[in-house]
Amino acid sequence: MRTGSAPHNLRIGFYVCHCGHNIAAMVDCPEVARYVERLPGVALSRDYKYMCSDPGQELIQKDIREFQLNRVVVASCSPLLHEHTFRAATEAGGLNPFFFHMVNIREHDSWVHTDRKEATEKAKALARAAIGRVAHHRALEVKRVPIHPDVLVVGGGIAGIHAALTLAHAGKKVFLVEREPSIGGHMAKFDKTFPTLDCAACILTPKMSEVGSHPNITLWSFSEVTQVDGYVGNYTVTVRRKARYVNEDLCTGCQECIANCVYKEPKFNDEFNEGLGRRKPVYIPFPQATPQMVLIDPEVCLNFKRGVLTDKCKKTCVEACGEKKAIDFKQQEEVRELKVGTIIVATGFQTFDARRIPQYGYGLFPNVYTALEVERLINASGPTGGEVLLRDGRQPKAIGIIHCVGSRDLKTNRWCSRVCCMYSLKLAHLLHEHSQAEIYNFYIDMRTPGKGYEEFYDKLLAEGVQFIRGRVGEVTDWAMTPEEEGRLVLRVEDTLAGFVRRIPVDMVVLSTGLEPQKDAQEVRRLFNMSCGSEGFFLERHPKLAPVNTFTDGIFLAGACQGPRDIPDSVAQAGAAAAEAMALIDRGHIEQEPNTAHILEDECSGCKSCIPLCPYTAITFDEDRQKASVNEALCKGCGTCVASCPSGSMVQHLFEDEEVFSEIEGVLAD
Amino acid sequence: MKFSYFPGCSLKGLGRAYEESLLPVLRHLGVELEELPDWNCCGATAYMAEDEVKACVLAARNLALCESSGNQQLMAPCAACYLVLNKTKHYFHEYPAMRKTIQHALGAVGLNYGGDTPVRHPLDVLVNDVGLEAIKQKVRYPLKGLKIAPYYGCQLVRPYSTFDDQYNPTTMDRLLEALGANVVRYPLKTKCCGGSLTGTVPKAGMRLVYILLNEARKRGADCLATVCPLCQFNLDAYHAQMSARYGPVPIPTVYFSQLMGLAFGLSEPELGLRRSAVAFNWRPAEVAA
Repeated sequence: MRTGSAPHNLRIGFYVCHCGHNIAAMVDCPEVARYVERLPGVALSRDYKYMCSDPGQELIQKDIREFQLNRVVVASCSPLLHEHTFRAATEAGGLNPFFFHMVNIREHDSWVHTDRKEATEKAKALARAAIGRVAHHRALEVKRVPIHPDVLVVGGGIAGIHAALTLAHAGKKVFLVEREPSIGGHMAKFDKTFPTLDCAACILTPKMSEVGSHPNITLWSFSEVTQVDGYVGNYTVTVRRKARYVNEDLCTGCQECIANCVYKEPKFNDEFNEGLGRRKPVYIPFPQATPQMVLIDPEVCLNFKRGVLTDKCKKTCVEACGEKKAIDFKQQEEVRELKVGTIIVATGFQTFDARRIPQYGYGLFPNVYTALEVERLINASGPTGGEVLLRDGRQPKAIGIIHCVGSRDLKTNRWCSRVCCMYSLKLAHLLHEHSQAEIYNFYIDMRTPGKGYEEFYDKLLAEGVQFIRGRVGEVTDWAMTPEEEGRLVLRVEDTLAGFVRRIPVDMVVLSTGLEPQKDAQEVRRLFNMSCGSEGFFLERHPKLAPVNTFTDGIFLAGACQGPRDIPDSVAQAGAAAAEAMALIDRGHIEQEPNTAHILEDECSGCKSCIPLCPYTAITFDEDRQKASVNEALCKGCGTCVASCPSGSMVQHLFEDEEVFSEIEGVLAD
Repeated sequence: MKFSYFPGCSLKGLGRAYEESLLPVLRHLGVELEELPDWNCCGATAYMAEDEVKACVLAARNLALCESSGNQQLMAPCAACYLVLNKTKHYFHEYPAMRKTIQHALGAVGLNYGGDTPVRHPLDVLVNDVGLEAIKQKVRYPLKGLKIAPYYGCQLVRPYSTFDDQYNPTTMDRLLEALGANVVRYPLKTKCCGGSLTGTVPKAGMRLVYILLNEARKRGADCLATVCPLCQFNLDAYHAQMSARYGPVPIPTVYFSQLMGLAFGLSEPELGLRRSAVAFNWRPAEVAA
């Protein structure tokens, strides 16, 4: 341990913030100020209502000049919120900003304790630690690193599409990586959009083709990000491009191969139509797919056996492709590397698996559908050409729509999925229009906050759609009257009428909620993000930094952050693009100078730190036989510092005397 | 595998056929039972409705006896006992005031309850501990051709779904299939059997009994299989009274354990098959021949 005594002419200014009642209600702030005033080195100690306010910041500046302060400590909220505010004030007062130190007595103290006396004692101990530590602070310099101007957008749903186009229009180069063979996401499957009832494809596909043709956008569909290295401004991203067995540069999207496949009829589960339709082994996901390009499914193609090439098919598709020679059965997946400065994560959501609520009979009764299936069923390009035909070929005379399936439910997902009330209304309108059936909506509460949403609800009421308030108990084929025979019966407590009803219908629509993608946890780790308790990606601040993550340079857009509708996803995608541009156009990023560095005289050259560094920031200087830290790569994790046997690796802001003084301060009486 | 066995009042009285069939079946599968010495009322029926605290203290005495017997687990075949014992255990952990009362009451008679004893239903033990494979190996006369409506009643899975889904339990379905039977889909598998309404408000009780039997008939079932003495009693003993109102629906209701005994080829007098009001005359082809 290096020892260095604190400077003799210490003049520390200490400020304890009331944060309105947030801190003052649980911590006796004047008492803390009085206590700190008596500590060695403290020239001035104050309590103040809002330190982050302009007068609060000016107070620090004025005091530095008037009282010749050379250190500043503020005890207030989390450094995440206001460390930069107070560092800037310290600098404006004429001091190096790293002569400032912040103490968190809100999240770490007043918000989590219930005993005012003990909370005050804790605030004193934390302040004492900070006073001890700040005495050893050194003047440090913020390093500037240039930022790579290209952006990666992960996920090609409406959010990713909008973010990519916004950036591309501003002249930024964008890589858009999409897991599925086509971009478009969930929105491409929708028939119409609420509340305006404009056709989803009509408003989405122009944007999709613009993505496909924009010179600033590189679209990699059927690809997944597998690794992310680096830091804000300088990310290296590894992308796995799955084999589609079709050469992207040669395929023109003519689809002759599909027409000439040895399978004369489509036979296999069509993912885009939610399994309601069939496709061939060589297929294009949907007519407006972008890129406009076929792919081959090796699980069912006769030229493969369970995914392994056998080359035993007649290959009429290759014949049909002819001179273009676009089909390549030997294609392998590719691993590519990208350099970008910022990343927008727009990986979307998945719908709740209705099988998890067995009493609703999904998977058991063929005429129980999920809402997404119904979107395809009523779509003019869907499996029935837009006719509402049940799986048994009948047209329904009565349809029940159950809201909140997998939402607002303690047994499954607790949150409101926000979009289901509105899409249920939309489906009620469309199903009625297409089939003239009697429609029943079963709801807990109608939630229609949004421009034109409540008006849409009113319109539906006027159209004669039935609304029954009550959570459906079960969907059953247990008939009690001749009228119920052969139909699906919804048993529900009508909580407005005050009795239990049995409503026979021919078709049930389950308005399934939105939940995090199955692999959200892996994606979270990949991009070094956090998840909320429900599993959606966590924004840096729910109100003030809703598209930022806790990792600089990585932003969120769309429903991967929480359930939201199309207008909100698009707005958020625009915001994420703007945040990325704000970084890019500044041209550089400032790096926290908490990096490690080596005291060469003491380094024995044992190399034990080198393999431990997760960022490969340490190299070995063969000439001098010493380790050497690349400060641009160092993230300040401290692993090398803790492991160095000779104590010659040190870290700015975490030097031994700083840390030990802090510990002593906390432990002293 | 050794359990303390808590018969409760039913298995010694109205539900005697349940005990008569369950004990030899478990013995046949190597599950050892030791009847809980000096057991008392589980606390169900009117107790629970009148005075929850007293009911829980009654139940807790049985749990304490199990702990002092040295057996790790308690088996409660009656669905009502099973529920009350589990409920008491739950309350004991959840509510400090209840825990205190229970401990005080037990202390007065020199007993102590630690709160750990698992309370198991034989259906759970058979399928999850013994295992369907072991059961299949013991099947001598598969119940081929017998169509069964699996009827669980309410208490086994609600509110404590300790081993199966609350709304769509399938443990007994799988067990009966392992015996070679044909299990029909029965959407009323967890609906009310009438409980004590058959006695107190017969009009409501008979309607519920009729609904259950009628739906089983519509689905082509030869019998209902049950796990609960009260369900069996309501569906069987009130058949005549129900018929007077709705016409006869002569479908027998038998315990799953009786069906196991038949499939294992255990001797019939052991299985209590003659005790039901609605006769169950079906026998495996090899036995009938």
